[in-house]
Amino acid sequence: MISFVTVSKTFKRARVLDNVSLDLAKGDRIALVGSNGAGKTTLIRCLLGEYTYDGKVLVDGLEPRTNRAQVLARMGFVPQIPPPLKMPVGELLGFAASVCRSDPQDMVRVIESLGLEYGRIRKLPFVKLSGGMKQKTLIGIALGRPSDILIMDEPAANLDPEARHVFFRLLADRRDDGIMLITSHRLDEVASLVNRVIEMDMGKVALDDRVADQVDMASRLLCRLTMNRADAAFARALGEWGFSGSGVEWSGWVNGPDRLRFLGMLSRYTGLVAGLELKEAEPCVA
Amino acid sequence: MRAFLRAARLDITESLRARWFMFYSMVFGGIVVLLFVFGLTESRILGFTGLSRLLVTYIQLCVAILPIFVLITTVRSVAGDREAGVFEYMLSLPVGLAAWYWGKMVGRFTVVFLPVFLAMGGAALWSEYSEIGVPWDLFMVYTALLVSLSWSFLGFGMLISSAARSPDVAQTGAFLLWLVLLLFLDLILLGIMVREQLPLEAIVAIALANPLQSFRTAAILLFDPQMVVLGPAAYVILDELGPRGYLAFALAWPLVLGTGAATWGYRLFRRGDLP
Repeated sequence: MISFVTVSKTFKRARVLDNVSLDLAKGDRIALVGSNGAGKTTLIRCLLGEYTYDGKVLVDGLEPRTNRAQVLARMGFVPQIPPPLKMPVGELLGFAASVCRSDPQDMVRVIESLGLEYGRIRKLPFVKLSGGMKQKTLIGIALGRPSDILIMDEPAANLDPEARHVFFRLLADRRDDGIMLITSHRLDEVASLVNRVIEMDMGKVALDDRVADQVDMASRLLCRLTMNRADAAFARALGEWGFSGSGVEWSGWVNGPDRLRFLGMLSRYTGLVAGLELKEAEPCVA
Repeated sequence: MRAFLRAARLDITESLRARWFMFYSMVFGGIVVLLFVFGLTESRILGFTGLSRLLVTYIQLCVAILPIFVLITTVRSVAGDREAGVFEYMLSLPVGLAAWYWGKMVGRFTVVFLPVFLAMGGAALWSEYSEIGVPWDLFMVYTALLVSLSWSFLGFGMLISSAARSPDVAQTGAFLLWLVLLLFLDLILLGIMVREQLPLEAIVAIALANPLQSFRTAAILLFDPQMVVLGPAAYVILDELGPRGYLAFALAWPLVLGTGAATWGYRLFRRGDLP
């Protein structure tokens, strides 16, 4: 479906992509990981037809650069840094829906499912929204239009736990529809969402591997925690995960795809944990 | 076509919200109001002559102000959006590059031309309402000249904006261009060149190529076509082409120049990296 054939990109003298060759097939959910400057964003921009490059990028045989309208009509994109657009959210949605030939109401539905009141933000300048609101709006536009290629640059970074859960559910709904390319510089952030990991380093593909595909993206785990003693820093960390409780007893929900990230957080407080129960409580809705 | 219209609309609504547009409209509206207040509708020599004097003064002021306004506001459009990171997202949507670029240009043209025209049109309507004579033929010619001038500088602006990698460079380039064209107006550098007896062909070629020069000469020739007002080079060219020929040239040349510059800018925009 998508082929990168010996793609290289050089900025002045710096070679940012170095003969990258990849084939992405339908059903691939790819974590594109790597440190800063590894070439992830450049690779995505080549795929979006935004950069010139040596080599070939083909989407079902079409070059994105020369067949922009056809190729980009199939791609939903969520950037890592939201654009500083002064236009109201309603206008952005109207523009995106019009050029994507989709119904703006579908985008509104996704935005509202992520917990954002569209009526309240419709007339606000996009740039004035908070980081999370911007992210939800851009996810709404990307998922609310017909596209079989999803490209997301750190998409869940600014989302609260509830919105992450809805977001993972939305991704679960489309998991085998096409290709999903999620970039992150931390694998634990996206590990549960994907079935393939591509690691980039210094503009080259350092690792291209399949991963076990067993996590139900729509699942939720009920977590009960008992601690040796109350700890303010741990309480703050649990509060960020939407946990409730006080003192030594805490409980809350963890999204299935977030379990690795949650356990990672927990590992920082191992000495405080006296008891831990994680129980899958919500069946898959996909 | 849909993407082109949406891109044009987007640029228009973005500009209408911007502070520069408010200031820009106030400047041109203010000029007309001031000209009315200071009684320039009347000629001191011939007595009352209707709106002609106001229009010609307004158009003379436009020569100085309009190009720099158009350049400064336009050069930020491509270079500014690129630097701000707008392109990464907006150009990931299925919009053709031609639709985006030309839509932006047409949208920008609408917002730079309308206030200038509306200020002039408002003066004409007020005069009509006050039963002061309105020289409609002059009004039409001046409108066409303003279209031509705005388009040419918009084209330059789009070219500079596409070529420059940062808004600061683009702005400096725009200012330099404006300064050079202003310096090569008949009464300034061209006057010196004539005095220094440089080849006549070179002087005439420079005068012909400068859209500011052709606009200024065409604006004056219908009103006061004397050498002392026009300047020597323009006077020679006018003598060669005749008033109609010069007017046709002054309308067509800036349009050609603006379209050529914008097309060059589009090629640069299309050929390079977008974000």
